[in-house]
Amino acid sequence: MSGVALLIDSVTVEFGSFRAIDMLSLAIDFGEVRAVIGPNGAGKTTLLDVISGITRPKQGRVIFDEATDITRASESAIARAGVRRKFQKPSIFEGLSVQQHIAIGAQGALRRSLSEDALINRVDEMLEAVGLADLAQRSASELAHGQKQWLEIGMVLASNPKLLMLDEPVAGLTEEETERTVALVRNLKRSDRAIVVVEHDMDFVERIADRVTVLHEGRTLFEGSMANARADERVIDVYLGR
Amino acid sequence: MKPLASDRAFLLLLAAVLAVALLLIISIATPFGLSAYLSNAIGQLAAFAVLALSLDLIWGYLGILSLGHGLFFGIGGYVVAMHLLKHSYEVTGRVPDFMQFMGWSEFPFYWAGFGFFPYALLMMVAVVLLISGVFGYVSFRSRVGGVYFAIITQALVYVAMLLMFRNDSGFGGNNGMTGFAVVFGWPIGLNGVVIAMAAGSVLVLGMTLLGCRMLLGSRFGILMIAARDDEVRLRTLGYETLRLKLVVWCLSALIAALAGMLYVPQVGIINPRLLAPELSLEIAVWVAIGGRGHLIGAVIGAVLVNAVKFWLSTAAPELWPFILSGLIVLVVLVFPNGLIDLAKLKLARPMGVQRLSSETPELR
Repeated sequence: MSGVALLIDSVTVEFGSFRAIDMLSLAIDFGEVRAVIGPNGAGKTTLLDVISGITRPKQGRVIFDEATDITRASESAIARAGVRRKFQKPSIFEGLSVQQHIAIGAQGALRRSLSEDALINRVDEMLEAVGLADLAQRSASELAHGQKQWLEIGMVLASNPKLLMLDEPVAGLTEEETERTVALVRNLKRSDRAIVVVEHDMDFVERIADRVTVLHEGRTLFEGSMANARADERVIDVYLGR
Repeated sequence: MKPLASDRAFLLLLAAVLAVALLLIISIATPFGLSAYLSNAIGQLAAFAVLALSLDLIWGYLGILSLGHGLFFGIGGYVVAMHLLKHSYEVTGRVPDFMQFMGWSEFPFYWAGFGFFPYALLMMVAVVLLISGVFGYVSFRSRVGGVYFAIITQALVYVAMLLMFRNDSGFGGNNGMTGFAVVFGWPIGLNGVVIAMAAGSVLVLGMTLLGCRMLLGSRFGILMIAARDDEVRLRTLGYETLRLKLVVWCLSALIAALAGMLYVPQVGIINPRLLAPELSLEIAVWVAIGGRGHLIGAVIGAVLVNAVKFWLSTAAPELWPFILSGLIVLVVLVFPNGLIDLAKLKLARPMGVQRLSSETPELR
């Protein structure tokens, strides 16, 4: 499957008089791993907020999978369409066990989508994939920071999303954990899935991203390969050179 | 949440509740056992415990604080009072006080059918679902939450109180309704009837406890806790939290109304003071003192606080506000999770001390 997974069409977001995103257009293809980088305040997280329905744009459209307009859809409807996001700050449910998290992620709606057997299989498979199988019955509140990051990744992966957004997936992780995350993201790459990664760790970005988009003051400053981004004068000026 | 079969603390509480119910049932039939006075106090405590459970369900397990649950308690109370007055009138032929006071010889038209208990029960459910449904839908849809929601619920119960203070409304006005003579065909003051009502209340408490526990142990309960801990996270996983919250909110309102239906026949009176913000605030205090987010905590908090209140109201009524405030300060400063912390303290202390001495590098 190829084609445009996500089309951002001249989107503008304003918070009061501050323009967080300014007439931004962006297309991300299926099969692609796209990194969105840029200095703090460039609008990276706001962009993810718009896509997941948390922030409403002032103008512009967001089209998912070429046909579905998700600009004004609710967060849950967008998620049910096949969009998942890992938040910057590990967002998990302190009162639930690891296994319950993955099950919530796998069902992905109030109405059950998987049978009991299919659910158990899916949960086991996911726990294995994110390396938390031994901790399945543990309360999420007992996990270390890195494990919480992985738990959230497992939770968003459990539903097999078509568009996966990872907001700073390796922030605060050890080198070894970062290494495992690189392998995981590479493994997740599929022809019917698009992956968007926001990250400040440039080495990590270089190893996983097919293309990078550099945002600056809510606009696209550069789009292309990481190697070219590193050579670009403007990118060095506002971000990488600092 | 642990599987029900291995949740010892809960099973112990449930067994205790059922034992009290059994004791009361024995007391109805035989001259041994509890006096009517003590039974009545236990019955009222049980009604308060049910009320505390209703708030704990929405506050402790879904993170929505209501400071207006007295409204639903009051609706249950008013409906059952209407039923008792109408039923008493049909049996004894005596016109209720509030109608004599207003110079009415006939019941207002909306009292029709209230003498028939199933109809009254149906009306209670309908009114509670209408009010909680509309209010919950509007609030949750516009994402009103936290302290704003709490303040609006408080305003709601206050408005209801002002409404009920009006004498021409046909609900007893500022004097309220009293003089219930007959319940289900039995004279309400009879010792056996008093004890039977208490036994019924304790049984309802046991069923409510078990029902809440089963709900919380189900997939739905897991989603409630998820919504409490991080609602945005749950929503962006595909879950429509509006529906989840609305269902639990309405259920909680129904349980509060059920508590009101148990309470009013046992105290023999209802007036608009029941809708005063004080009671609604106090419910939150019971739950906080006992332990929010624990069914056991809600029951212990309600029973403990109200038992002390009952006792002090004869022994030293002027002390009560100080004791209540003292308890609140104690809970906020020392036991943020309520008295449930006391139980954990015993278990955690020795282990904590050990870890400090052997593993903390600073102490070596």
